[in-house]
Amino acid sequence: MDARTGLFYVFALVLLFAAFKVITARNPVHAALYLVLAFFQAAAVWILLKAEFLAITLVLVYVGAVMVLFLFVVMMLDVNMDGVRKNFWKHFPLAATVGTLIALEMAAVLIGGFPPSQEPKAALGVAGQAVEQFSNTKELGKVLYSEYLYPLEIAAVILLVAIIAAIALTLRERKDSKYINPADQIRVKSADRVSLVKIQPTVAASVVTATEDKA
Amino acid sequence: MMVTLGHFLTLGAILFALSVIGIFLNRKNLIVLLMAIELMLLAVNMNFVAFSYYLNDMAGQIFVFFILTVAAAESAIGLAILVLLFRNKSSINVDELNTLKG
Repeated sequence: MDARTGLFYVFALVLLFAAFKVITARNPVHAALYLVLAFFQAAAVWILLKAEFLAITLVLVYVGAVMVLFLFVVMMLDVNMDGVRKNFWKHFPLAATVGTLIALEMAAVLIGGFPPSQEPKAALGVAGQAVEQFSNTKELGKVLYSEYLYPLEIAAVILLVAIIAAIALTLRERKDSKYINPADQIRVKSADRVSLVKIQPTVAASVVTATEDKA
Repeated sequence: MMVTLGHFLTLGAILFALSVIGIFLNRKNLIVLLMAIELMLLAVNMNFVAFSYYLNDMAGQIFVFFILTVAAAESAIGLAILVLLFRNKSSINVDELNTLKG
């Protein structure tokens, strides 16, 4: 058993433990923090698989951005956990059955479909060509910016849509805001601002009071 | 004893099954449901990276890159909807989201 095997088992066990705590944690803040731990372990496993760029991207994008967003939202909302946690373990037998079934089936099919004897390239790996000069990031960039340029731009558009959608969904106009629409200001006519009113001459009023005095 | 492709695929399968169990257990808590979906995507990405390494093909890692992009967009919009929902309903309980039920 070499060092790589040992590291794999350590990372895999911590990853599964963290995933288990994510789905059973009583406090959603704890769940988010355990999810951070799970992402870190997954990044470590990916480094074992010589996918350094994706591992670092996982830490930067997920732990650095998405999980901070999750923590923001979890801490901002005052969630009443008692109502949500009611009957938490009610469906556990069904869930455990389905989960075990999925895990066993997938493992059986995947291990059966890819037995260790059928791995001629396993010893070489992606880095097999020239271990010293090989750069995972460079290789990824070469393929990404040539063969997959169009999907890359679509991905950029998806991110833009996500930005605009997230802002548009949560933008709220305050009712007590003094904000004035510039378009309305420009479109205004003098007639909207000043209105000339005909007022009866004051003489008429004194005549009225005089007639009231007589009566 | 070497780590084979099967080890990584099994890890991905167990992770996927755990997140399925999480969706069953946390069927009322929308935040943890979103987290379970993130875990599922992580399990799928694990399979892609493992295949990419053992089959010596860069396409798997490219695919993981795009999955990460889409997952980040998905969680951002999902959390925005969650905030909107909490603002209107003062609750994230899935059972109370029956406005569209006829």
